[in-house]
Amino acid sequence: MAGTAVRRRLSWQTATVGRVTDETPRVRTLWLEVPDWPGHRAGQHLDIRLTADDGYQAERAYSIASAPGEPLAITVERLDDGEVSPYLTEEARAGDQLEVRGPVGGYFVWEPGSDPGGPLLLAAGGSGVVPLRAIVRERSRTGSSVPVRLLYSSRSWEDVIYSSELELPPDGVQVTYTLTRSQPRAWQGYARRVDMQMLAEVAWPAAEQPLAYVCGPTCFVESVAAGLVGLGYPAGRVKTERFGATGQ
Amino acid sequence: MDDAAVDDAAVDDAAVDGNAIGGLLIEVFGTEMTTAVGTCGNCGAVAQVAEFAVYRPGLGTVVRCRSCGSVLMVFTEIRSVTCVDLMGLASLT
Repeated sequence: MAGTAVRRRLSWQTATVGRVTDETPRVRTLWLEVPDWPGHRAGQHLDIRLTADDGYQAERAYSIASAPGEPLAITVERLDDGEVSPYLTEEARAGDQLEVRGPVGGYFVWEPGSDPGGPLLLAAGGSGVVPLRAIVRERSRTGSSVPVRLLYSSRSWEDVIYSSELELPPDGVQVTYTLTRSQPRAWQGYARRVDMQMLAEVAWPAAEQPLAYVCGPTCFVESVAAGLVGLGYPAGRVKTERFGATGQ
Repeated sequence: MDDAAVDDAAVDDAAVDGNAIGGLLIEVFGTEMTTAVGTCGNCGAVAQVAEFAVYRPGLGTVVRCRSCGSVLMVFTEIRSVTCVDLMGLASLT
């Protein structure tokens, strides 16, 4: 991580909402301006804390969507029963202030050259694509040529986040979708939940010593991680991040 | 890989994992802890903190062993003071 060698005590600080962009009807990207942001690594998250007038506080972790060195952004999916995401996806406006803490995480991160092994397999369930998108962008930003396959499971085409960006992936990045609930007419791709057969077709063979990052709802992550281990991936080569029952 | 297989694995969909409490752990321990390695005091399973099962029912944070389900760590916050119980861990390094 570029910057200071002195460890900074992590604490809550004020962020100002900058630009806001709708990704899908349920998902929004928010750019955050944080004074003295120390920089982050691809795959890390930050915590956001909201305080109600009566003092009640709610905090949630959100994956960072931007690559290191890019303006800081998070991408948030609205959970109808959520305490934080409805505000972020429906009410937050440019100029609003909120509390953030971060960057956080050292396990689910990727840096060019950090792994001597083979290609990258990225598996996303829904908004689990967010930290994986940061990894793809960091790969481009740093000129890494590590081959990448991204398997992205989404309910429908309308729910695909970053669709225009993923439509033209960088050289060496192959994107495969599976649409689990509804598909556009004449859809030729996968139309079911990720299973062993799909992983066997899409994932790098274990013999190539791939490194896998799996992110999404807990049941998705459990299923995909078990499948990859079943295909011969050592458990230590499958990094996982679970969002819980309903996503981020 | 189908629904039945997931149920057989006794997966609790409400659980997140140790990644989600990285910020809390930095506040408590003063350093990044998701890559620290913990040993379950009950079954001896060894895992990185990021891989622990984490439940956040609202009043606090309960961290369980992914192998045997034992409680490894509990964090509760009372008037901005975080209380930490690490009794379920044999080691954390």
